[in-house]
Amino acid sequence: MKSDANSKNANNTNSVSTTNNKSVKKLLLVVLAMFGFGFALVPLYDVFCDITGLNGKTNTSAATYDASSIDESRTVRVQFITRNAQGVPWKFEPVQNEIEVHPGEMKFVSFYAKNNANNDIVGQAVPSVSPGRAANYFHKIECFCFTHQPLGAGMDVEMSLQFYVDLELPDDIKTLTLSYTLYDITNKSS
Amino acid sequence: MTTDVIKETSHDDHQNDHHGDHKMTGIKRWLYTTNHKDIGTLYLWFSFIMLLTGGALAMVIRAELFQPGLQIVEPDFFNQLTTVHGLIMVFGAIMPAFTGFANWMLPMMVGAPDMALPRMNNWSFWILPFAFGILLSSFFMESGAPNFGWTFYAPLSTTYSNGSTAFFVFAVHIMGISSIMGAINIVVTIMNMRAPGMTYMKMPLFVWTFFITAYLLIAVMPVLAGVVTMVLTDTYFGTSFFNAAGGGDPVMFQHIFWFFGHPEVYIMILPAFGIVSTIIPAFSRKKLFGYSSMVYATSSIALLSFIVWAHHMFTTGMPLFGELFFMYCTMLIAVPTGVKVFNWVATMWRGSLSFETPMLFSIAFVILFTIGGFSGLMLAMTPVDFQYHDTYFVVAHFHYVLVTGSLFSLYAGAYYWLPKWTGNMYNDALSKWHFWCSLISVNLLFFPMHFLGLAGMPRRIPDYALQFADFNKWVSIGGFAFGLSQLIFLAVVIKCIRGGEKAPAKPWDGAAGLEWTVASPAPYHTFSTPPPQSDIDNADQHSH
Repeated sequence: MKSDANSKNANNTNSVSTTNNKSVKKLLLVVLAMFGFGFALVPLYDVFCDITGLNGKTNTSAATYDASSIDESRTVRVQFITRNAQGVPWKFEPVQNEIEVHPGEMKFVSFYAKNNANNDIVGQAVPSVSPGRAANYFHKIECFCFTHQPLGAGMDVEMSLQFYVDLELPDDIKTLTLSYTLYDITNKSS
Repeated sequence: MTTDVIKETSHDDHQNDHHGDHKMTGIKRWLYTTNHKDIGTLYLWFSFIMLLTGGALAMVIRAELFQPGLQIVEPDFFNQLTTVHGLIMVFGAIMPAFTGFANWMLPMMVGAPDMALPRMNNWSFWILPFAFGILLSSFFMESGAPNFGWTFYAPLSTTYSNGSTAFFVFAVHIMGISSIMGAINIVVTIMNMRAPGMTYMKMPLFVWTFFITAYLLIAVMPVLAGVVTMVLTDTYFGTSFFNAAGGGDPVMFQHIFWFFGHPEVYIMILPAFGIVSTIIPAFSRKKLFGYSSMVYATSSIALLSFIVWAHHMFTTGMPLFGELFFMYCTMLIAVPTGVKVFNWVATMWRGSLSFETPMLFSIAFVILFTIGGFSGLMLAMTPVDFQYHDTYFVVAHFHYVLVTGSLFSLYAGAYYWLPKWTGNMYNDALSKWHFWCSLISVNLLFFPMHFLGLAGMPRRIPDYALQFADFNKWVSIGGFAFGLSQLIFLAVVIKCIRGGEKAPAKPWDGAAGLEWTVASPAPYHTFSTPPPQSDIDNADQHSH
C-alpha cells in the first residue's frame, strides 16, 4: 500500500524513511533513558532523603560520639515506640517508654524481645524518627538495628541502643519519637 | 491512480470499501493491515469494547453501592472491580481511543499518505488485545484479579497482593510498549511527514495536542514500566525497593508512580483539548481564538505536569516546604488551562453558533471539564486536601475530567468525523438522544459524589454509613442510566456504517482542515501526493 508513494518518487521516499529511522532511534534513546531514570530515582530518593532527612530514616551504621559538650540548658524528650510488621509472632517493646536527654549527652536504653513462635526467627528492626526533620540530628552509636536479630523458639533477649541527640537540633523540636518496626526476614537471611 | 482514489465517492458498505488495491479480505485484512485508517478503526472499536467492559464492571460497583450493606459482591471482589475498572478505562478505553483518532486523522490533517511507521503501527495495536486478555483472564483464576487499586500502591501490590500481580505487571508492560510505539509513530509522523508548506505553526491544534501528548507518553510510560518491574521483583524475586525491612521505602513507590501518574492524566486530556479546539470553531463559524496561545498553553501544561506529582501525596507526611511547592505548582496549571477555556469561550463569542451533536458534546465538555478543573483546584490546596483525600470528592473530580472531559470529547470527535469515516451522516435524532441522556445521567451520576465526599464517604469501599444511602441510590440510578445511554451511541455508529444520508466531502460548512478536501468516506489511500499549498492555506484555520 505504501507502494503508491514509493513508486511515485523513490528518491524522496527513501530520504523520508532515512529521516524517520533517525527520529525513531533518537526517540528510542529517550525511552531507554527514561526507563533508566525510573530506576535512578531509587538511589536519588535515598540521597535526597539522606540530605534532608525527609522520610525519618536514621543512620544505618554506627556513628561516633563527637559531641564537644553537653547542653544542659535544653531538655529533649525522646519517646520509643515499637510495632510488629504483620504476622511477626514476637513480643517486642521498649523497656522504658521515654527518657529525657540533654543534647550532646550519651544515653543507653534497651528493648525487650521474645520469640513466641515454635520456630527460630530472624528479625530485623527498622527505625524511623518523627518529626522527619530531626532524623539527621539523632545519632545511634550502637543499635541492635544495625544487625539481624536471630532468636530461637521461645527465647528472649534484651537489646541495647546507645545514642545521643545532636547539639544542633533545631530549637523548636522538643520531642523526638523513635519508632521501630520489626520485620521477619528469616527467609531472606538464610 | 491517485486521482481515481480521490474521485472515489460513497459506498454502501464500509466493509466492501475496496479500491482494487492488493488488499486482503476478511480477518486477514485486519490482522495484516498497515493502513492508518484500518488501524484507527481497530483502535476505536477496541476502545469502545473496553469502555463497555469497564462500564459493566462499574455497573456492578454501582449495584453494590445502591444500598448500604453487602448485597451482591464480597469486599475482596469489590476491590478487584474498582481496580480493573480503573485500569481498563485508563489504558483500555481512553488512551487507545485517542490513538485511534490519531491514526485516522493525523496523516490526513498533515497531508501525509500514512503514518510514518505503518508496520510498527500494526504491531502496537495487535499487542493490546493480549494485554487486556491477560488482565481480564485473572478474574477467572483462583486468586482473582488485581485488588489493590489501579494505582497499585506498595505494599498492597507487593506484600499483600493476591496471586495476580504477575499478570497485572505483564499486562501493564504490554500496554506500555503499545503506547510507546504509538507515541513514537505519532511524533515521527508529525515531524517528518507533514506536507511541504505545512509549518509547525500552521498545523491544526489537534495535531499539536497529539504531538505534545506523544512526547509525554515517551517520557513517562518507561517510568511506569520501571515501577511495575520493581513491584514484580519485590513480589517474586526478593528485592526490597518498597520494603522497609530490606532498606526500601513504600513512600518511594508513590513518588515514582505519580511521577508517571500525573503526566498520565494530561495524556488523557490534552488530545481532548485538540478535538474540542477543532470542533468549536467549526460550529461557531469563526477561526479558533488565540491559536498560538493555545499551543503555548498546551506546552506549558505538559511541562508543569512533571513537577506537580506529589500533590497526590499530601497526606504522606511531607515537610511543609514540599507541600507548599507542590500546591503552588499545581495551582499554576490553572493559568494555561484557564487560557484554553477562555479561548474556547472567545471562539464562540459572537459566532454563528449551531448546535449539531459534535458541538453539543464540545460545549458540555467546556462546562463540565471546567467543573472538574475547579474541584481539582480545591484538591490542590494542601490544608483542605487532608479532608478530601481518598473520599468520593476525588472520585467526583477525576470522573468529571475523564468522563465529561475526555470521553465527551471523544464522542464529539466521533460525531464530527463519522461522516468522513463512513461516508454517511449519522442519525441526528438518535445522536441527540445519546447526548441528552448522557448529559443528564452523567451529572446525576457524578455530581452528588462531591457532596458524599465532603461529608466523608471514603472511596473504594463496598459498604458505607447509613447517612450516605439516599445520595448513593441516586448516584447508582444515574450510573445505570449513563451506562444504558452509551448503547445508543453503539446503535448510532452501527446505523451510520450501514447506511444513512450520504455525506458530502465536507458536511460541516464551518469546518476547516485538509481532511475535508478528500471524499467521504475517506478513500483507502489519501494524499499519496501532497496537497497543494492553497489547500494547506485554506485549511489553516487560524489565519484565514
